[in-house]
Amino acid sequence: MSDTIQLPRWIDVGVLPLMNLMLAFLISGLVVMAIGEDPSEVVRIMLYGAFGYEEAVGYTLYYTTNFIFTGLAFAVAFHAGLFNIGVEGQAYIGGLGVTLAALYLNWLPFPVMLVVSILAAAIFGAAWAYIPAYLQARRGSHVVITTIMFNFIASSLMVYLLVNVLRPQGSMTPESAAIDENLTLPYIHNMAAWFGIDMASSPLNFSFVYAIACCVLVWLFIWHTRWGYAIRTVGANAAAATFAGIEPGRYIILAMMISGGLAGFMALNEVMGVQHRLLIDFTAGYGFVGIAVALMGRNHPFGIFLSALLFGMLYQGGAELSFEIPTITNDMVVVIQGLVILCTGALEHMFRPRVTQMYTAWRLRQRAQEAA
Amino acid sequence: MSDTMHAAHGTGATGTVPPAIELRGIDKRFGAVHANNSIDLKVEKGTIHGIVGENGAGKSTLMSILYGFYQADAGTIHVDGKLCDIKGSEDAIAVGIGMVHQHFMLVETFSVLENVILGVEGGAVLREGVDKAREELRRLEREYSLDIDPDAVVGELSVGLQQRVEILKALYRGAEILILDEPTGVLTPQEADHLFRILETLKQQGKTVVLITHKLREIMAATDNVSVMRQGEMVAHRHTAETSPQELSELMVGRKVLLRLEKGEANPRDTILQVENLCVETTTGVRKVKNASFYVRAGEIVGIAGVSGNGQSELLEALGGIRSVSEGRVILNGQDVTPGRGVGPAELRQRGVAHVPEDRHRMAMVTAFSAEEAAILGYQDDKAYQKGSLLDWGKIADATRHMMDEFDVRPADPHLKAANFSGGNQQKLVLAREIMRDPDLLLVGQPTRGVDIGAIEFIHKRIVAMRDAGKAVLLVSVELDEIMSLSDRILVMCDGYIIGEVNAADANERVLGLMMAGVDPKQAEAEAGK
Repeated sequence: MSDTIQLPRWIDVGVLPLMNLMLAFLISGLVVMAIGEDPSEVVRIMLYGAFGYEEAVGYTLYYTTNFIFTGLAFAVAFHAGLFNIGVEGQAYIGGLGVTLAALYLNWLPFPVMLVVSILAAAIFGAAWAYIPAYLQARRGSHVVITTIMFNFIASSLMVYLLVNVLRPQGSMTPESAAIDENLTLPYIHNMAAWFGIDMASSPLNFSFVYAIACCVLVWLFIWHTRWGYAIRTVGANAAAATFAGIEPGRYIILAMMISGGLAGFMALNEVMGVQHRLLIDFTAGYGFVGIAVALMGRNHPFGIFLSALLFGMLYQGGAELSFEIPTITNDMVVVIQGLVILCTGALEHMFRPRVTQMYTAWRLRQRAQEAA
Repeated sequence: MSDTMHAAHGTGATGTVPPAIELRGIDKRFGAVHANNSIDLKVEKGTIHGIVGENGAGKSTLMSILYGFYQADAGTIHVDGKLCDIKGSEDAIAVGIGMVHQHFMLVETFSVLENVILGVEGGAVLREGVDKAREELRRLEREYSLDIDPDAVVGELSVGLQQRVEILKALYRGAEILILDEPTGVLTPQEADHLFRILETLKQQGKTVVLITHKLREIMAATDNVSVMRQGEMVAHRHTAETSPQELSELMVGRKVLLRLEKGEANPRDTILQVENLCVETTTGVRKVKNASFYVRAGEIVGIAGVSGNGQSELLEALGGIRSVSEGRVILNGQDVTPGRGVGPAELRQRGVAHVPEDRHRMAMVTAFSAEEAAILGYQDDKAYQKGSLLDWGKIADATRHMMDEFDVRPADPHLKAANFSGGNQQKLVLAREIMRDPDLLLVGQPTRGVDIGAIEFIHKRIVAMRDAGKAVLLVSVELDEIMSLSDRILVMCDGYIIGEVNAADANERVLGLMMAGVDPKQAEAEAGK
C-alpha cells in the first residue's frame, strides 16, 4: 500500500534539502532578530565573509576540504548500514600516521613522500576503524558504542604521545616537531603562481584537489564496483546479502576501513597542508560535523560536496560574523550551525510526506489530462 | 457488473433485522493507489460472511477501515443499523467489533488469562479483575467449546490454540461481530477444520463472523455468503450455496483461470541431489532439521509439505548454503557440497544450484534497490556483468530487460525501484534471475506467497517447465494445494523430521494433513480411510 510514485531526483536531492535549509535560516533569522540585530545585515556579512573576496573563498574551501573527507568517511560506512561516530578519532590517528611518515621518512623526495603520506593517513585511520569493525562483524558489539569509545581512546593516546614521545626536547607545547618545509603540501595560491596566476594567500592547499578526486573515487566505488554493490546490499538487507553469497562481516570490515582511511585524509589538509605539525585536538570536531554533512548530502559524493561547501561557508562566514558584530558571539554562530544540522539532518523527513503528497496529486492530475 | 451487485440476504432473515454491518460507499486512496473504490457491503446478523479477493484487492484495507486502523476518505459505516464513527480500534470494540489478526497480537510470556485481560484489567489492583476474568473465561470457553487452559503460557501453546486465545480476547471484550483476517495461513487442515467448527458455534450463538481469505475451499466450506473484491472494487455478492469455486475465482481475477495445473508425467532420471542424515541447528543450538535423508532426481519436482515452522525453512536455507549443517552430508551431482564446511551460497551457485528463498522481502531481494540491481543479486561477481573492475550497468540493464521480457515482468523498466513492483512481479523477477541461469537444481520456497492468481498460474507453469527440461526441483510450500498440484513426490515434515513420503498421484489432503500433524504415515492412511 506504499506510494507507487517515486519522487524524481531533482526534488529528492534538490528541492527538499533546500526547503530544510530555508527553514533553518528562517529560524536563525528569528533568533538574530530576538537579540536585536538585523537578519539581512547578518546574511550580508556572512555571505561576504565566505565568498566576498579571494582570501575568504580560500578559507571557505579550506574548511570545505575537511568536511568533504569526514563526510565521505561517514557516508561509506553508512552505505553498509553502519553509523561510524568514530570519524573524529580515525582522523586524529590518521594525523599520527602522516606525522610519523613526514618526520621519520623525511629523506624521501616529495612526490614519493606525497604517496607515502596518503598511504600513511589511510592505513592509520583504517587501522583505528578496524578494531570496532572487527568487534561489530565478529562479536556483535555495536559500532556506535565502540567508535564513540575509540574517540576517547584516540584522544588520550594522542595526548600521551604528544606530551611524552613526539614533543621535541625543550618545547613546552604538546605538539610534534615541524615537518620539513619541502615535504608540506603546496598551497593553491602557490600552485596558481606557477602558472602565473595571482591569488590571495589562504590555507587552501593541494588536499582540496585530492578531496574532489576522492569524491569521484567514492562515487565509482559505491555505485560502479561489485564491492560497493556488496556493501550497499549488506547495508540495505543483511539477510539478502548472505543469500547472495556476500558475507556481511567481511564487508562491514571493508566499509569501516575505507571509512577510517577517508577520515585519515583529513590530516593531509590539517597536518601536511596547513599546520605543518601535529597539534593536539587538530580534528576540532570536523569528524562529528561530517555526520551532518553526509546526512544532508544524502550520502552521495556530489551532495556531500555541496553540503561541505555550505558548512565551509558557515564556518568561514560565521567567523567573520562574530568578528564584525560583537553581539553575535561565537556561540551564536554555533547556534546557527546547529539549526542547520537540526533541520537538514534530524528533521530531514519533516517536509517529505507533504511534498510527496503534492507531487503525487500533481502527477495524477497530469496523467488524467493526458488520458483525456 | 451491476447485475452482480444485488445485496446478499441473510439465511432466513427477513429484512426487519438490520444487518450487523453495513458499509456504504467506502472510499480510500493511498497516494496513487485506489485501495477501496466506493465499496458497499452488507453482512447479515448471525451469518458467516466470506470476503475473497487476490492480494492487493483491498480486503485488508476495508477491514482496517472497519476496525478503525484507517479512516475512509468517504462513505459510512453502520453497525446494527446505527451510523458509527469509528476513529480507532477502541471505537470498534465499543460497538462490538472484534478482530483476529493474521499475525497474533499476544504476549508470549504471559498466560492465557493475562493476555485476555491485557488492556481491560479493570483497576489498578489486578486481583479483583483477574478473579472476575477467570469466571468469565470459563463461561466463554464452555459456551463456545474453545477448550483452553487459562493458566497456560501462551508461548507454549500451538499456533491453533494461540489463535483461539485471540478469539477469546475478542469475545471477552464483548465482540458481537468477529473479523478474522486470513486465519488459516498458519494452521494444519485439521486445525483449520476445528476453527471452522468454532466459528459455526459462534454463529449458532448469534454472533456474526467475517472471514477474509484467499482460499476458495474455506469459503465454500465455512461461509453462508461471500463477497468478491477485485482491484479495490466489490465485484459480486453471492450466497455460498449458489456459487462455485470456478465462478468465484473468475470473479476474483476477472477472467477464466485454470485451477488445476495441467502437467504431463514426470520423467525422472539421474539423482542430482542426495541428502544424507542432515541435521541443522539454529545459532542458539536448537535442532530444527533432524536426520533428514532424501534425494531429488533430474526431471522431477519433490515437494516438502508441512505446517510453517516445522524445519522446512531451515532445510531449504541449509541446502542453499545460507545455514551451516551440523551433521550429515549433501551430495550434488556426486560431489560432497555439505554447506558450512567452506561451502557457501556463492560456491553452490557456481555448481548449479539456484535458490528462490521463501521470504522475498527479507532475503530474495533488496527492495531499496532498482530492478536491475535486484536482478544481479547473487550473481554480482559474474564476469558478464563486469567491465574491468567496474560493473557494466549497460549490460546489466539489457540482461534485466531480457529477464523481464521472458517472465512478463511489468512494468518492464529496469530502473524502477524493486519496492514499486507488485508482489507477483517481484517474484517473477526473482524467478527469472534464478531460472535463467539454467541451474541443475532449483530450490524454491513459497513461490506464490503474496502473489496474485494470474501470476500464480504463470509461476507454476515455469516451475513445471524446469522439470520438463530435465532439471531437479525441490519445492517447499505451506500451501497444500500448491504442493499437491506441482509435486511428483511429496515429503512431509513435522518437528524437523521427514516423517514420510507420498507419491503425489495417490496423495490426499486428509492423509497429508494427519502426517503434517505428526501422525505416522501408515496410521494416517488407516485413520483417513475410516
